[in-house]
Amino acid sequence: MNFEFPALPYAYDALEPHIDKLTMEIHHTKHHKAYFDKFVAAIQGTESESKSLEEIFSTISKAPLAVRNNGGGLYNHSLFWQILSPNGGGLPTGKLAEAIDLKFGSFEDFKTKFNDAAANRFGSGWAWLSVKADKSLCVCSSANQDNPLMDVHDCPGKPILGLDVWEHAYYLKYQNRRPDYINAFWNLVNWEKVSDNYQEAMK
Amino acid sequence: MKHRILIIFLVAIAASFSNFSNAQDVKVKPVKSKTTPKPADKPASDLKTDVQGKPQIVPVTDLKISTWSAPAGELTFPELPYKYDQLEPVIDQLTVEIHYDRHHRAYYDNFKKAIAKSEFESMSILDIFTKIASAPVAIRNNGGGFYNHVLYWENLSAKGGGEPTGELADLIKKHFGGFNEFVEKFNDAAKSRFGSGWAWLSVDPSNGELFISSTANQDNPLMGTSERKGIPILALDVWEHAYYLKYQNKRADYISGFWKIVNWPVVEKRFKQVKINK
Repeated sequence: MNFEFPALPYAYDALEPHIDKLTMEIHHTKHHKAYFDKFVAAIQGTESESKSLEEIFSTISKAPLAVRNNGGGLYNHSLFWQILSPNGGGLPTGKLAEAIDLKFGSFEDFKTKFNDAAANRFGSGWAWLSVKADKSLCVCSSANQDNPLMDVHDCPGKPILGLDVWEHAYYLKYQNRRPDYINAFWNLVNWEKVSDNYQEAMK
Repeated sequence: MKHRILIIFLVAIAASFSNFSNAQDVKVKPVKSKTTPKPADKPASDLKTDVQGKPQIVPVTDLKISTWSAPAGELTFPELPYKYDQLEPVIDQLTVEIHYDRHHRAYYDNFKKAIAKSEFESMSILDIFTKIASAPVAIRNNGGGFYNHVLYWENLSAKGGGEPTGELADLIKKHFGGFNEFVEKFNDAAKSRFGSGWAWLSVDPSNGELFISSTANQDNPLMGTSERKGIPILALDVWEHAYYLKYQNKRADYISGFWKIVNWPVVEKRFKQVKINK
């Protein structure tokens, strides 16, 4: 068994006022933990136990639904916590900034595209910035706990930035105002970590 | 024939809204959490206010007039059949207010926008649902959101709970073994719907059978895209927005509470309408 439930890399109240403490606590200790527990239960005694999440996702269309939903939930939230930071915000730098300009025209254009993906995902899901197989960047969204690593995704790639737009991610503070939550998200993005993810995906 | 049954029935259930009393807005209290969520877009205090007084218990409404068969462009946004705080403690006041006045209203507004100046404006919403696979996604999402919430509000009541009676009770026993078995199966459908969606009890108009199903997002059993098509007579919203302020991740607790506020007389009337026209 090579799966662990990751600790949050900061305190529950560290992302205030953009994401409130109670939301973080429930999101991490209840939602994320439940995905982890159910994923572990779903793969127990199967060959998936010795695979990485990325390997599992690459053939997810053949896996039981519980593996897809909970494995996605485990991976997506683990990435999400990593790319947020109390000291986040600002702009990307270096190679990532260049790649964003190249693909989207400017950071603002990228942000608009990402915001649209996040706002227009109907129901539960995620918005993503990914690196495609041809190493170019791509903005997309996915339903529920799917992600671009899954072979069912219409925009396959390696996600380097993700935004949870399930209502549980923002409802206690923002209720129906998802766009306000999306705007607040940019104050928290840990661009250093996203850059690391980008370098890793470019290898 | 099936189509006619469906229209007649749905048209009938819309009738109750003609009898809805005015929703009376009450001062919004923060929910019991460490946060103090505030209603969105506009503050609750901007909403129209009504005379203060004892909660008015709205009697079960008569299902006699029809609106669902009207051109979709003429559909209006119905009043809530009770006050925001009347489903307490099962569903808290703030949730009902935001759910009705923000989410539901937005679906209605966006549905009307989506069909404006299109061929869909003159079709009934039931026709639109039947042909939903060929409609723009904004019509599917917002038309479903508009219609589903109308059913939901109507099949809840401050004086709800208990069990159905008569023919519906008999049929539930026949199909599910008993009321408790039915509840268990419905709960499973509601709990296991991953992500946003709805749980339903519907009548299959081809044979009169009852069946339980769930649908994703704002889809419903009337839609041509649904795995099993039928006429919904009981609706449960399991989007997180329906319960998150009070129950957070505990969807199961919200589902348990739901049975205390089910308006069975309304569900029975919907059921009878289907049968009458069979």
